[in-house]
Amino acid sequence: MSELDIAGQPPVSLDIVKYMRKTRGGKIKTATKSKSNRAIKITLFVLLALTIYGFLTFDYKNVDIAKAMAGTWNNVKVLFGQPKLTYGTWGGSLKALFVTFSLGALATIFGAIIAFFGSLLCAKNIANPYVANITKSFVAFIRAVPTILWVLIFTVAAGLGSVAAVIGLTFHSAGYLIKAYAESIEEMDEGTIEALKASGASFWQIVFQAILPSSISRMTAWTFLRFEINFTNALAVGAAAGVGGIGFDLYMAGNHYFDLRELGYITYIVVAAVILLEMIATKIKATVR
Amino acid sequence: MDKTTEKAPRPNNQTSVFVQRKRTFTLAFLGVAALFVVSAVVTNYEIIGGLESIPKAVIWMAQHFVPNAKAWSRLPYILSKLVETALVSVAVTVCAAICAFFFSLLGTKTTRTAPWIARIVRIIAAFFRNVPDVVWAILLLFSFGQNILTGFFALFFSTFGMLTRTFIETIDEVSASCVEALYATGATSLQTVFNGVIPSSLPEIVSWVLYMIETNIRSSTLIGILTATGIGYLFDLYYKRMDYSSASLVVISIVILVIAIEILSNKIRKVIM
Repeated sequence: MSELDIAGQPPVSLDIVKYMRKTRGGKIKTATKSKSNRAIKITLFVLLALTIYGFLTFDYKNVDIAKAMAGTWNNVKVLFGQPKLTYGTWGGSLKALFVTFSLGALATIFGAIIAFFGSLLCAKNIANPYVANITKSFVAFIRAVPTILWVLIFTVAAGLGSVAAVIGLTFHSAGYLIKAYAESIEEMDEGTIEALKASGASFWQIVFQAILPSSISRMTAWTFLRFEINFTNALAVGAAAGVGGIGFDLYMAGNHYFDLRELGYITYIVVAAVILLEMIATKIKATVR
Repeated sequence: MDKTTEKAPRPNNQTSVFVQRKRTFTLAFLGVAALFVVSAVVTNYEIIGGLESIPKAVIWMAQHFVPNAKAWSRLPYILSKLVETALVSVAVTVCAAICAFFFSLLGTKTTRTAPWIARIVRIIAAFFRNVPDVVWAILLLFSFGQNILTGFFALFFSTFGMLTRTFIETIDEVSASCVEALYATGATSLQTVFNGVIPSSLPEIVSWVLYMIETNIRSSTLIGILTATGIGYLFDLYYKRMDYSSASLVVISIVILVIAIEILSNKIRKVIM
């Protein structure tokens, strides 16, 4: 045992071996025992247990999995290997792609406008706490309803068409962006708002002179991210609710004409568009920052 | 933007930041306005009709979209489908996360695989991420039919692509320093993964998994409508029969499930992060 006695201080033990936790075999334990580690372990265990329970209880309807997988593999080969248009035209597909793009764009613009004002009611550093809580609960409710259900609900009220699709998509976009914008506003420097308040600036002066300039770059990044999501959502809504655009073409090719080659062709167009959007979004994010 | 707070003297020939800012805003505003007009024309969107439809929809929902006695009698069946959908989302996310984790190890800088392997991993992840789950669902429907596995695999592919990318980013970001230290002590790749990468990036990974479970419950509703399985199919069935009160009960049960999962995962996140 090595001990130090520095100028009358109580001896300090340097015997580090005493503090090391060891396994029964004599190996040193490196993992730390903490609340967070335990929570992670419990979460992972519960998720794994639920997964196993799920697999045991699913109703597989006697599907021959090996055969179905082999069939799917063949279909994948046809889909990506031999794309060909039979029922549609190249120009028609591009036009449909543009419709989907426009549906996404409209929903993003509406969503962003609503979210800008919504986030002012919701950000902790400027809003009244009661109003903020009510807004947040309302937004959580809107986000909890899947986009497709909003679209189908509005289809009954507004008829099948772009209005139902855009409004349905807007609901979810606004809910998502309100949360994102509010977080951007909450991240800004507290001192700026305080200084403007002290100088007697009105609420809207604070919003347009301090909040908007300091959080616009983050908001733009979030908006573009949402635009990418809205594009895929517009596609899905087109397929599942039949509101048009390239999603509807996908649905027709797959579930109506049963034509894998046509489906493959449209898939290639969609994937190219998605990758292009992602590249543009990355570029815009880079220039905004 | 922070230049306004600096006090440096400005030469006269340079435009002020305020003028510049105004110019950028005007340009951005015009761009967005143009995009709006073009999009509205392309989709035949009626702005006034759109605004009018919102109060109409609210009134319609208040009148028809309320669960009645018949709907409540269907609650046990709805709940059984809801549980099935939730279990599918959890199972998909867990399986995709396990596959994505090992796959992403090949793509990170920390495990020091050859650059060409890392590039291939990233391309495969991009492929799975960018092919929409709608396409997977329609494709799988050919061989699997109206089966729970159709939805499972459709969600699995897109979740796998998404999680591989986020795991690569997380691992590169979080564990770079401790991996460096472990390599310096002469640890092997596998030792580094199990003692450095996993412990340091686990909280982030669990947080992403919880987020994906939430997302997948919402997506599985849509996939369910396309592939005639789970809670999405049930909604579609009631909706097409115009049994709106039963459909509303489906929506309410989905909302309660999603919000419950969101609250729970936020609690877990607070403890582990």
